[in-house]
Amino acid sequence: MGGLIRSSIARKVAMALSGLFLVFFLLQHFTINFTSVFSADIFNELSHFMGTNPLVQFVLQPILIFGVIFHFIMGFVLELKNKNARAVKYAKYNGAANASWMSRNMIYSGLVVLAFLGLHFYDFWVPEMVYKYVEFAPEDPTRYYTELLHRFESPVRTGLYALSFVFLALHLWHGFASSFQSVGFNNKYSTGATKFAKAFSIVIPVGFIIVAIVLHFKH
Amino acid sequence: MNLTLKIWRQKDAKSKGKMVDYQISGIEGDMSFLEMLDVLNEDLIAKGEEPVVFDHDCREGICGSCSLQINGEPHGPDRLITTCQLHMRMFNDGDTIYIEPFRAKAFPVIKDLMVDRSAFDRIQHAGGYISVNTSGNTIDANAIPVNKENADDAFAAATCIGCGACVAACKNASAMLFTSAKVSQFALLPQGQVEASERVLAMVNQMDEEGFGNCTNTGACEIECPKGISLENIARMNREYLSASLKG
Amino acid sequence: MSILDSKIPDGPLADKWTKHKNTINLVNPANKRNIDVIVVGTGLAGGSAAATLAELGYNVKTFCYQDSPRRAHSIAAQGGINAAKNYQGDGDSDYRLFYDTVKGGDYRSREANVYRLAEVSGNIIDQCVAQGVPFAREYGGLLDNRSFGGVLVSRTFYAKGQTGQQLLLGAYSAMNRQINRGKIQAFNRHEMLDLVKIDGKARGIIARNLVTGEIERHSAHAVVLATGGYGNVFFLSTNAMGSNVMAAWRAHRRGAYFANPCYTQIHPTCIPVSGDHQSKLTLMSESLRNDGRIWVPKRKEDAEAIRAGKLKPTQLSEDERDYYLERRYPAFGNLVPRDVASRAAKERCDAGFGVNKTGEAVYLDFASAIQRYGKEKALTSGIENPSKEEITKLGEEVIENKYGNLFQMYEKIVDENPYKTPMMIYPAVHYTMGGLWVDYNLQTTVPGCYAAGEANFSDHGANRLGASALMQGLADGYFVLPYTIGDYLSHDIRTGKIPTDTPEFDQAEKDVKDRIQKLMGGSGEHSVDYYHKKLGKIMWNKCGMSRNEQGLKEAIDEIAALREDFWKNVKVPGTADSMNPELEKAGRVADFLELGELFAKDALDRNESCGGHFREESVEQDGEQKGEALRDDVNYKYVAAWEYKGEPKDAALHKEELNFENIELKTRSYK
Repeated sequence: MGGLIRSSIARKVAMALSGLFLVFFLLQHFTINFTSVFSADIFNELSHFMGTNPLVQFVLQPILIFGVIFHFIMGFVLELKNKNARAVKYAKYNGAANASWMSRNMIYSGLVVLAFLGLHFYDFWVPEMVYKYVEFAPEDPTRYYTELLHRFESPVRTGLYALSFVFLALHLWHGFASSFQSVGFNNKYSTGATKFAKAFSIVIPVGFIIVAIVLHFKH
Repeated sequence: MNLTLKIWRQKDAKSKGKMVDYQISGIEGDMSFLEMLDVLNEDLIAKGEEPVVFDHDCREGICGSCSLQINGEPHGPDRLITTCQLHMRMFNDGDTIYIEPFRAKAFPVIKDLMVDRSAFDRIQHAGGYISVNTSGNTIDANAIPVNKENADDAFAAATCIGCGACVAACKNASAMLFTSAKVSQFALLPQGQVEASERVLAMVNQMDEEGFGNCTNTGACEIECPKGISLENIARMNREYLSASLKG
Repeated sequence: MSILDSKIPDGPLADKWTKHKNTINLVNPANKRNIDVIVVGTGLAGGSAAATLAELGYNVKTFCYQDSPRRAHSIAAQGGINAAKNYQGDGDSDYRLFYDTVKGGDYRSREANVYRLAEVSGNIIDQCVAQGVPFAREYGGLLDNRSFGGVLVSRTFYAKGQTGQQLLLGAYSAMNRQINRGKIQAFNRHEMLDLVKIDGKARGIIARNLVTGEIERHSAHAVVLATGGYGNVFFLSTNAMGSNVMAAWRAHRRGAYFANPCYTQIHPTCIPVSGDHQSKLTLMSESLRNDGRIWVPKRKEDAEAIRAGKLKPTQLSEDERDYYLERRYPAFGNLVPRDVASRAAKERCDAGFGVNKTGEAVYLDFASAIQRYGKEKALTSGIENPSKEEITKLGEEVIENKYGNLFQMYEKIVDENPYKTPMMIYPAVHYTMGGLWVDYNLQTTVPGCYAAGEANFSDHGANRLGASALMQGLADGYFVLPYTIGDYLSHDIRTGKIPTDTPEFDQAEKDVKDRIQKLMGGSGEHSVDYYHKKLGKIMWNKCGMSRNEQGLKEAIDEIAALREDFWKNVKVPGTADSMNPELEKAGRVADFLELGELFAKDALDRNESCGGHFREESVEQDGEQKGEALRDDVNYKYVAAWEYKGEPKDAALHKEELNFENIELKTRSYK
C-alpha cells in the first residue's frame, strides 16, 4: 500500500475520492441550508442535531476537516509536481485549443474556494466552536436561524459569498465529472454520469447563492 | 506566401536555447510543414548557417518521429494528423508561426527541435509485452476466439504511434495516454491477461520514475493525439492499476 | 559451376527445410551465453531476429538510426500479411502460396527459399496473435482475411490500414521483453558506417552515435544486416526519409555480393508529385483498385484543358474517357499486377494524356462504385425509387466505411474531395527486390555476415506480390535466421569475446573517420539534397519504369560524373562531433551515388523484361501479347550477383543459375 500512495495514479484516485466525499458533504450542507428559505424551525432543528450529535461532531466533523485539508494539500503537491514536469515553459502555449478553462485552472478556482472556506470558518465555524467548546455557552436550539440571518446582512459579504460559489461551480464543473474517470469509471453509463455531475455543479452552487440572496433580502 | 518563423534553437542538451526569428518566402499551400522547414534549411545552408534540426522519418504520419509544437499545439492546429501531414494551406500569408520542441522534463532537448523520447521506450521495456517465446511453437492463431468489440478496442489502443503529442499537449506533461494505450491493448486481449497485474504496476511505476506529470483529466491529450486514442484507455488503466494494487 | 553456392539442401521441395533444420549444428544453451550477435536495423526482420536470438540465449546488440526501434519503416506497410492458413477454406496451401510468389516474381526467385517462406507463413500468424497483435476479426471472434492482387485466394491477414505498424510493435514488444531481461542492448540513434572483418569473417561494425558524433567499435561473432531497401536512390519514393543503403553497401564494399540491384517495384497508386519542393511520396493502398476505375481523357485537348484548369474531370462524359487498363487488359482490368499498371500509366502520361499540372497523373475514379454500392444499399435498406442524391449519399457511406482513412489522407494532402472528384494517382518507387546476395542460410558471401528482410534479395524475384514483404521480414527474423545462424556460430563456441583493439578495427575506424573528414571537407558549393535530387532525376528518367540501352549507358556516365562532383563540391555544415543530420545524409547519398551506377549496370546487363524490370528492347513483337514485356529464360534465368571491384562500373558479375524443378515457366498474361 505504501507503493500505492506514492504512485501518480494513487494520488489521482485519492484526489478524486476526497473530492467526491466533499461533493457529498456539499449536498448535505445545501439541503440543510435550503430549509432556511422556507422554515426557520426545520433549519433550527437540523442545525441543532448536526451541532450537538456526538457522531457528527466527533467522528464526521474531523473526517470532513481531514478531507478538506487532504484535498487542498494534495492539490498543491500535484500542482507543484506537475509544474516541475515541464521545467522549460513553452514560448507559446495554446491550452484553450484542447482543454477547457476550468480543467486547466483547478488550482485557481480551488484557491478561491479555499479562501472562501477561510472566511466561512471565520464566520460560522470558529464562533460555533468558541460558543460550544470554549465558552461552554448554554445550548439554545433556536439560535441557529437568527445567527444565519445575521451573517447575510452585509451586501458585500453576500456578494463575496455568491462570487465564491461561482468559483466552486467552475471547480466542480471539471472536478466532479473528472473524478469518475480517475477512479476508472468509464463505460456506457459515463455520458449520463457526466451529465449529472455537470448539472450538479451548476445547480448546487446556484442553490447556495439563491439561499444567500433570499436571506439577504429578508432583512 | 511569406511567413515569420519563431524557432527554438539550442546547440545541444547542455546549452541554453532561445527563440530565433526567421523570415521565409515562396511557401506554397501544397507544401507540408516539414517541406517548408526543408526550404528554410536549404536557405540556411546556402547562407552558411547551421540548419534547424528536427526529428522526422516516414513523412506519412505513422512512424511517430516528427514532434513539433506549432503555435502552442503539438502537430499544429489541424486535428488527427502529425506534423508531417500538416500542410501550409492551413496558414495565411504574413502569419507568424511559433515552432518549439515537445516540452517535458522527461523529454530533454537533444538539439533545436529534437527531443529524447527514450522515456517512452523504457516504459515499454518495463512491461509492454506478452511473455511468449518467439519460437512459433504456440497454439493456432484461431484457437482462442476474441470478441470482436474487444479486438477492435485493442486495435484502437494499439494505433498509438508513440509520438509524445499527449505529453506535449498536457499542461502537466503527463504520459498517461501513452502508457494506458499499451496497457489497454493487452488488457483487452485474452493473451494479455496472465501478466496484466504485473504489467500495469511495472509500466506505471516506470512512467512515474521518468518524471512525467500527473493526469488531471483535462483531455488535451485525446484532442491532440494524431491517432485519436481515447481517454477511456486512461480510465481502464486506472481500474487495472487499482485492482492490481489491491491484490497486492 | 559458379563460385556462388546457394547451399540448397537436397531432397524434395517440401522436405528441404525440415531436413535442413534436423541436420544443422546447434549451440548448447551454456555456450550461447558466450556468443555475441549484432543486428543492424530493427524493422520486422531485424526486430524479430534480435528478439529470437536473444531469447535463444545469445547476447544481442541492436542498432537503428531512429530514436526507437519501433519507428523502422516496416511501420508504414498498410495492406496486410499473407499466410497460407486456409482459414477461408478456399483451397489455399503452402504450395499455392509458393506458386503464386514465384509466378508473381516472374520466375526470378529461388524455389527452395520461397517454399520455406510459404511453409513458415502460418506460424507467423500464430506467433503474432500470441504476442497480442490485434488483427482484424470477424463477429465470431476468428481472424478475418482479405484478398490482394495477383492471387485467387483470400489469405491476407490485416489490422485495418496499418498492419505493418501492428506487426512491428509486436516484434518491438518481443524485443522489449529481451531488453528487460538484459539480453538485448539497444543502440538507438546509431548508424552503422562499416563492417569489420577479421580473418575473412564478419566480426563487428563501426557505428556513429548520431547524438554525440562519436565513432564506436562493436564486436560480435556474427553480424545480421536487416537494413531494408534502397528505394531512396530515386530521391522520391514511398520510403522513409532516412531509409538508406549504407549498411548493405558497406558490406558490399567489404566483399558481400549485391544481387539484382535493378529489380525495383514501382507502385501504381501513389499521390502524384505536386512540385519541386516535394520530399517524399505517399502510397494509397492497392486495395483501392478493387473499386476505383483508372482513366485519362480520350482526347489530348481535354487533357490539356484539364491541366490548364479550364476543364473539370467530372465534366467529361463516359465516352470521352479512356479506361485504358480495362481497354488493354480486359481479363484483369484495373486489377493487373503492380508493374503492369504502373507502366500503363506512364505510357498514357508520356503520350500527353496526364491530368495534373505536371502532366504526370491519371484518375482513379470511384463515381461508378459509389453508384453501384448506393443502389445496392438502397435495395437492401428497402428504399423504393431512391433519388440520385440518395443513392450517391448511400454509396459514399459504403465507400467511406471501406476506405475512409485513405480518402481523408488524400484530402489532407491534395486538398480535393475524392468523393466528389476523381483521385489523381501516379506510380512511385516503393520496394526493392534486389539486395545482398544470400544463400539458403541467409548468409552473404562474407562469412558471418547475414542479411534478412528487404535487405536481401532472395524471395521476391523480379516483382513482389502485395502483402508479402511483411511475411518475408518476419519469416527471416523469427523462424529462419535463428536456426541457420546457429550452424555457423557452433564453430565459435571456443572463440571467446572478440576484442576491438585489433588492427582490423583500427583500420576500419580510420577508414570511417577519413571518409567523414572528406565529406566535411567539400568545397561547399551545393547541399546534399541538391545531389540527391539530381541523382533521383537520372534514376527516374533512365532507370525507372522503362529502361533502354542508351539511357542506361548515359545513366552510368552521368552518375559517375555526379559522384565526382559530389565529393569535390558537397557542402556539409556543422561539425562531425555533434548531432549533424546533414552529415548523416551526405554519407547515405554518397553510397547511393555508387549503388545507382551499379543499378544501371545491372539493368543494362539484363536485356530482358521481367517483373519490375522493363527493357524497351525486349517486348513481344506480335500476337495477343504484342507490346507487352518479354522475358528471356534462355539467357537470363539467373541471379546477377555483383562483386565489388573499386568503381561500380568495374563490378564483376557472378551468376547463380535458377533451377525450376517444381514449377513450369510460363508467360504472365493479363489480357
